[in-house]
Amino acid sequence: MSDIRKELKYLSSHEWARVEEDGTVTIGITDHAQDALGDVVYVETPEVGSRVAVGEEAGVVESVKAASDIYTLVSGEVIAVNDALQDAPETVNSSPYDDGWFFRVKPDDLSELEEALDAADYRDLLESEE
Amino acid sequence: MGNKTALYATHQAMGGKLVDFGGWDMPLHYGSQIEEHHKVRQHAGMFDVSHMTVIDVTGTDAKSYLQYLLANDVAKLDSLYGKALYSGMLTPEGGVIDDLIVYNLGDWYRVVVNCSTREKDLAWMNKIAANYNVTLTERAELAMIAIQGPQAIAITKSLVGSDKVTVIDQLKIFQGLPAGDWFIGRTGYTGEDGLEIMLPNEQAAEFWNALANAGVAPSGLGARDTLRLEAGMNLYGHEMDESVSPLAANMGWTIAWQPTERDFIGRTVLEEQKAAGKLHKLVGLVLRERGVLRAEQVVSVDGSDEKGVITSGTFSPSLGYSIALARVPAAIGSHCQVEMRGKQVTVEVVAPNFVRNGKALI
Repeated sequence: MSDIRKELKYLSSHEWARVEEDGTVTIGITDHAQDALGDVVYVETPEVGSRVAVGEEAGVVESVKAASDIYTLVSGEVIAVNDALQDAPETVNSSPYDDGWFFRVKPDDLSELEEALDAADYRDLLESEE
Repeated sequence: MGNKTALYATHQAMGGKLVDFGGWDMPLHYGSQIEEHHKVRQHAGMFDVSHMTVIDVTGTDAKSYLQYLLANDVAKLDSLYGKALYSGMLTPEGGVIDDLIVYNLGDWYRVVVNCSTREKDLAWMNKIAANYNVTLTERAELAMIAIQGPQAIAITKSLVGSDKVTVIDQLKIFQGLPAGDWFIGRTGYTGEDGLEIMLPNEQAAEFWNALANAGVAPSGLGARDTLRLEAGMNLYGHEMDESVSPLAANMGWTIAWQPTERDFIGRTVLEEQKAAGKLHKLVGLVLRERGVLRAEQVVSVDGSDEKGVITSGTFSPSLGYSIALARVPAAIGSHCQVEMRGKQVTVEVVAPNFVRNGKALI
């Protein structure tokens, strides 16, 4: 069974979000997602200063096997991206919830996260997909 | 649940991620397909290829039967005991039913075909066999392990008895010989030197574990695909199938046009195609920037309204960028455009051969 972190929020497309102490939101892909993709070889993150919106493509992750769009869980301005993934995309496989984060957003409205899945919902989703 | 090879439990015990492949439960990888790929290029890796179908062809007409059945000519193997030949098996319309390897074993032949095509291959081979004095015997009791990489042969020799070492030492590239109840071929699907060993199912797990303990990396279908693609080798169902001429699949070299009096299935249509000139050909594509070329992406070529298609595409672990095989209009130049995720991207056109024996060819 893949690792699901209790404190995170999730999308059915297998991204996670973590609310940081300063109120910004970090986005990445789940352990289940990295396992399903296999070895990650490229990550395309949005640019710092650009805007991302819920429901719109915010980036791309490509593995040897497949390409997959990345979605955000909150709309807002991108204030940081994980540049380390450019040279070490395999970090997404080895540390999907920590060193393998994708980008960080200053949210327009943090309540958007209420629409996302919590850990229990996400676990149910994975079990139903098996 | 799919078919299981004799090594199924071993793959599970070693942490293999098992997926369906042509009706068989086979390991995709054991953790990282890229690491497995590098192990094969730099040291040694092994693959369970027991799902492939082994068919022995015996009987007084074995040679004439295969000369009619196959586009390549088994007469090339005459007096070369153990020598192997790569060939297409074609429809009367000149499409590819399957690609296969046939070994000359004196008064009989051993044929190895793909797993996903097993049933139609056997049906076709049996149908043609009705007019010949031949017997086809499937050897499902044999497992097959491919050991590939620069250290593959040396490590294998360190684990087997002296009788088998003697056989391995005799083997030339693309030759296979019996060794007791084993059959050892110096063949593979990776572009590296190595062996493919057929052995009784009940011996497979012990030998596999011995290889693993000697440092041979268990490797899955993921690495097998990136290795064969770097080596420019076709995969049935991708580069060719019954709708594709071997002339458009870089298999022209496998068609034995001489002697002209040898009739083989598909010959008439292929001769017409050859006389008419090539419409499509298989080329290699290279994308040195970020992004990965994928099968089924559409290829556009300057000076032709006809489109081409990527038949296989991947990230090349050895080269560090994306490569692909594509069937394209024969007029293609040094560059072409590929539609990737809604954008036209210019890529380089090369010969369909990217990496061999650990070295980049492009």
